[in-house]
Amino acid sequence: MGYTLDFSVVWHAMPALLWGCVGTLGLALAGMTLAMMIGVAGVAARDAGTVWLRAIVIGFVEIVRNTPFLVQIFFLFFALPLIGLKLNPTATAIIALGVNGGAYAIEIIRGGVQSIHKGQVEAGYALGLHKGQVFRFIVLKPALRAIYPSLTGQFIMLTLTSSICSAVSAYELTSVAQRIESDTFRSFEVYFSVTLLYLAISWLLMLGFAVVSHRFFSYPTR
Amino acid sequence: MTPHFGLPEFGFLLRGLQWTVLLTLVAFAGGCSVGLAVALLRTCGHKGVERITRIYIGIFQGTPLLLQLFVVYYGLALTGLKLDAFVAVAIGFTVNASAFLGEIWRGAIQAVPRGQTEAAMALGLHYSSRMRDIVLPQAIRISLPATIGYLVQLIKGTSLAAIVGFIELARAGQIVSNQTFQPLLVFGVVGAMYFILCWPLSWWGSRMETRLALANQR
Repeated sequence: MGYTLDFSVVWHAMPALLWGCVGTLGLALAGMTLAMMIGVAGVAARDAGTVWLRAIVIGFVEIVRNTPFLVQIFFLFFALPLIGLKLNPTATAIIALGVNGGAYAIEIIRGGVQSIHKGQVEAGYALGLHKGQVFRFIVLKPALRAIYPSLTGQFIMLTLTSSICSAVSAYELTSVAQRIESDTFRSFEVYFSVTLLYLAISWLLMLGFAVVSHRFFSYPTR
Repeated sequence: MTPHFGLPEFGFLLRGLQWTVLLTLVAFAGGCSVGLAVALLRTCGHKGVERITRIYIGIFQGTPLLLQLFVVYYGLALTGLKLDAFVAVAIGFTVNASAFLGEIWRGAIQAVPRGQTEAAMALGLHYSSRMRDIVLPQAIRISLPATIGYLVQLIKGTSLAAIVGFIELARAGQIVSNQTFQPLLVFGVVGAMYFILCWPLSWWGSRMETRLALANQR
């Protein structure tokens, strides 16, 4: 007997799936924010700190980048309660995404800071800009412009990675899909549709990042 | 009585590690051959074919690997073929690898100076000889750091086979952790095993990138 595809279950579950999309976006945005904070702090510690601090940051980056996210989130899931942080799965997932994304952000931001030539900072002072202006216009903006493509690419990766957080049953799109799948047994239909939803999410993010880039980082033409 | 994490449990993890390595090798070999075809189609000069391969690559880069595995896994089951979990998962990773490697090699082929192709054409070489003898050897050299980078990503990615139920290193870790109630120790060991597998490759890749950058400065 042949199998007939039936996408009506997906259609009925659409409201739940769209809320799952909201959950995924929220998880990803919170993870990105934490990743950026870890990234900036990590670069500051690596460049300004002592030898020990530098070694810790380098070790952190290497360990996170060379182990799977699934193992990291399981480890954190059991490790966080031990240090007194009793969190729900979604909060644990945000921390795991932030820690994972933070290690990649450290590498990317470091490249951006290194791309600013020392002479440009000196030229800024020579033109009479004060410290805040030099940091804002000469260091921060060009550095952000330089790393923007790789940083946003990494953020989209982080959004896709967030699907793994379903393994600790955080509230996001994949775990919603798994619940619908176990209710309806329409595995292929549900997962195929959810894959398309993820595609839409990453296109939406790409579009959003492009708009931000055009608004803030295009070179003045007048 | 719950067993403690001892030699038998460690041996179980090692067997999981074997499956991780095997899965990676099969997916990488499959991904290399299909990926080469994708890269060649992506640069063949025919507008329609190039657009189709670009969409193919875009779909795999814009969706989570986990969902790709689910779709391939349950999609293959629908066709009525009775496939082993290993085969189903290996097909999933192969398709994913073909898209990512195809995109990496597309960039490398386009990075080979145009003059090389023109010189080969002037010498009267036809397409297959031009690609095999002139363009691809140079492209492979350019693409090596990124290819190794993807290999590391693939090793880490195979851990997702655990969610589909295939017993490799990450799934073995889950099983042992549930048996021994020592999750931190077990996942620490599992993480260390992945690290030992991935870190030398990462190191090799980044060293090659530096050397390639130095060679291009000259």
